[in-house]
Amino acid sequence: MSTSLEPVSDDIETNDNIHQNQYLTFLLGDEEYGVDILRVQEIRGWDSVTTIPNAPAFIKGVINLRGTIVSILDLRERFGIESVEYNELTVVVVLRVKGDGKDRIMGVVVDAVSEVYHIAENELKDPPDLGYAINMDYMKGMATVDEKMISILDIDQLMSLRDLDQATESGEQLA
Amino acid sequence: MSIDMSQFHEAFFEESFEGLEIMESELLTLDVGEGDVEIINTIFRAAHSIKGGAGTFGFMNVSEFTHVMETLLDEMRDGSRDVTQYAVDSLLGSIDVLRAMLEAARDNGDVDEGMVAERYAILNNILNKGDEAASNSEAEPVGAAVTPGIAQVWQISFIPHTDLLMAGNDPVRMFRALSELGEVQATVDLAKLLPFNELVPEDLYLCWTVTLAGDTLKADIEEVFEWVEDDCDLSITLLDDAEPRELGSDNDSPVVSTPPQEEITPPPASLKAESTVPVMENSPTKPKKPTEAASIRVGIDKVDEIINLVGELVITQSMLDQAGDDLEANAELSASGDSASQKINADILLRLSKGLAQLERNTRELQDGVMRIRMLPISFVFSRMPRLVHDLSSKLDKKIELVVHGEETELDKTVMENIGDPLVHLVRNALDHGVEIPEVRLAAGKPETGILNLNAYHQGGNVIIEIKDDGAGINKKKVLAKAIEKGIVSSHDKLSDDEVNNLIFAPGFSTADVVSDVSGRGVGMDVVKTSINKLGGRVVVQSEEGKGSVFTIRLPLTLAILDGQLVTVGGESYVVPLIAIIESLQVDRAQINQVAGKAEVYKLRDEYIPIIRARSVFGLDDGVDDLHESLMVIVEVDGAPVGIIVDELQGQQQVVIKSLETNYRKVETMSGATILGDGTVALIWDVNGMVGVHKKKSHKN
Repeated sequence: MSTSLEPVSDDIETNDNIHQNQYLTFLLGDEEYGVDILRVQEIRGWDSVTTIPNAPAFIKGVINLRGTIVSILDLRERFGIESVEYNELTVVVVLRVKGDGKDRIMGVVVDAVSEVYHIAENELKDPPDLGYAINMDYMKGMATVDEKMISILDIDQLMSLRDLDQATESGEQLA
Repeated sequence: MSIDMSQFHEAFFEESFEGLEIMESELLTLDVGEGDVEIINTIFRAAHSIKGGAGTFGFMNVSEFTHVMETLLDEMRDGSRDVTQYAVDSLLGSIDVLRAMLEAARDNGDVDEGMVAERYAILNNILNKGDEAASNSEAEPVGAAVTPGIAQVWQISFIPHTDLLMAGNDPVRMFRALSELGEVQATVDLAKLLPFNELVPEDLYLCWTVTLAGDTLKADIEEVFEWVEDDCDLSITLLDDAEPRELGSDNDSPVVSTPPQEEITPPPASLKAESTVPVMENSPTKPKKPTEAASIRVGIDKVDEIINLVGELVITQSMLDQAGDDLEANAELSASGDSASQKINADILLRLSKGLAQLERNTRELQDGVMRIRMLPISFVFSRMPRLVHDLSSKLDKKIELVVHGEETELDKTVMENIGDPLVHLVRNALDHGVEIPEVRLAAGKPETGILNLNAYHQGGNVIIEIKDDGAGINKKKVLAKAIEKGIVSSHDKLSDDEVNNLIFAPGFSTADVVSDVSGRGVGMDVVKTSINKLGGRVVVQSEEGKGSVFTIRLPLTLAILDGQLVTVGGESYVVPLIAIIESLQVDRAQINQVAGKAEVYKLRDEYIPIIRARSVFGLDDGVDDLHESLMVIVEVDGAPVGIIVDELQGQQQVVIKSLETNYRKVETMSGATILGDGTVALIWDVNGMVGVHKKKSHKN
């Protein structure tokens, strides 16, 4: 199952002088998060995974993506938000992650995909550094579209091997 | 006209290294004193191709160096020089230098000039010695050449035949080559030139007289004219009256750096002198890690086979296609109520299942065929051994005969590339520690010459390599004493003979009383074992004191495919590499023993083996206290059996190995992943890693 994208909303005023990026947004509970659309490889429905022993809880496992082994990460668990049952709306956004000298393909489990927005760079505001479940390093900025707040994620930071290694080790210690 | 020559470099290097191997192996078969002309010819041709290629691609140092070797070979060929052991060894040493030069050229690295100069000196020394006895004319330029910075003036009279151009030769190119040897002044003689209307544009009417000033060997000049020797009248003379003069630094012929020949004392014939027998590893320029070869040479028969298989696959596909179409047509027929359609249906289904069976066979054969592309005969590695044995036996003063079997046994290229070093190490070890010196052998009632057997063969999806010597064998007492001293085992441990022998693979173990530069640094054997394990292989040693030792290496045929046993743990399927499995069995409660309340061991025949629960290694709730009738897979970890409890045993199958690290990270307990027939992912166990995690976890408790 693959969810088709909403048409790009064109009611946003465009300014030729300012560089604009397109962001795909998705939902985690009531919150809306965005990622650079150029990093999105595909969107697919949730399917069963093969679990990896001793992996951090937010790593759900690996899937076979047309012959490649791709790991799947649950974003709710990554952010420490209360997890929910996966349902037919649950989707996996397959992202291209850069860093550590090579590109990696990883999938993130989110509640549902939402929209694609044009957001100009100067519309991105620094997030306030308090009271967040998410480490500020993972945030690229915040934007307001149609009076909704969208947190734009820095997926390279969010899914860096360093964090993965740390989480794996602390997981091993707990075990 | 400019052609990018670099595109041919790879082929040149490949061919040159092959040429070096040919030279090396032929030199080793060359009988001292006799000098089989055929063999010398083969060596000469190989050297000549390298020289020619190097010249074409502008690796002048290589072609100059090869030229000196070639001169020596040439003299051996025409019988004007005896084939002495010293000369052969010098040539072997020169091959090492040449290899270093080629590697440096390939990797854009630096070559150790001192080593090259030394080798030049040795070769020139041999060349000169003979010349003193024979004639003086040739010796003079060579002798003069070693005096640094002094130039001579050569006069070259070059009278080409009119048809010289027809053979594709161009005097301009020769002059250009000459100008690289020194200062060139050419005078042209137009006497033969015909009137314009009689000129044939393809004929050459000019003659030249060239004076060349530079510290050049006559042979170098002759080389320039090598291709036209028969198409011209050539005379090269040294102008005696020319004043020797200092040359500018731009004349950088490599002979310049050669120390005066008097300093080089000819080594004694016994060949004990270290410098004449450079062991490759001793050379000061450690070759840079070679860039992974991007290309592979495949025999045309293998390609043809694959083309055949693909052809068959196409036939099968059209057969299935046809069956599918018929089935569709028949469905329409049966829809229209035709009673005959039932029978036809069964017929088509039969054809369909036949086609599918054929497809399965085709796929398997195609897989085998494609895999075989990567397979190379093990002679690629074995061919290094005669040289090694030759060098080492003279160095160690031992007499050793190398017997090689199964050179044609094929092995995956990646495995091959990684097995070379461990194999060299084992051979070296057998020579150094295994085979005794002649006196000791005679005293022990053995023939003076030790025999080293290298054997390779296939055995059930694995490649077995045996290294067998008839030497002293492993001194078990010494090994055990050393192992206890180093704390590898405790003195209470009861070890079987084989277990004692295999202690030599333990890290930090070395019994060599004297650390020689051949072996005995104590890093060797465990590195050998680790690198073989990394390839998914195993190594064991069997030894009998006084009779000799056998090292047996068991390697998987390929790194891309693995024979696996499917097991289930906690609802997930896993693949256990078959090569690691000793046996699988159902646990009998009576054989389980608790040690210190927690750890469990299993009594298997006369051994106690540790039990590891896969569920607890994977951090899953075990829920099973009583292991009675549980399934246990017994695997070998570091030479010792370990029982791993699994939920279920499924079938065995070949799986294609995929990396987990590409898109994830290394998983301690897993060596990779694979995709099963139903499209799901199954992880492949790394049994060593599992034991590691098990140990970590039990330490915490």
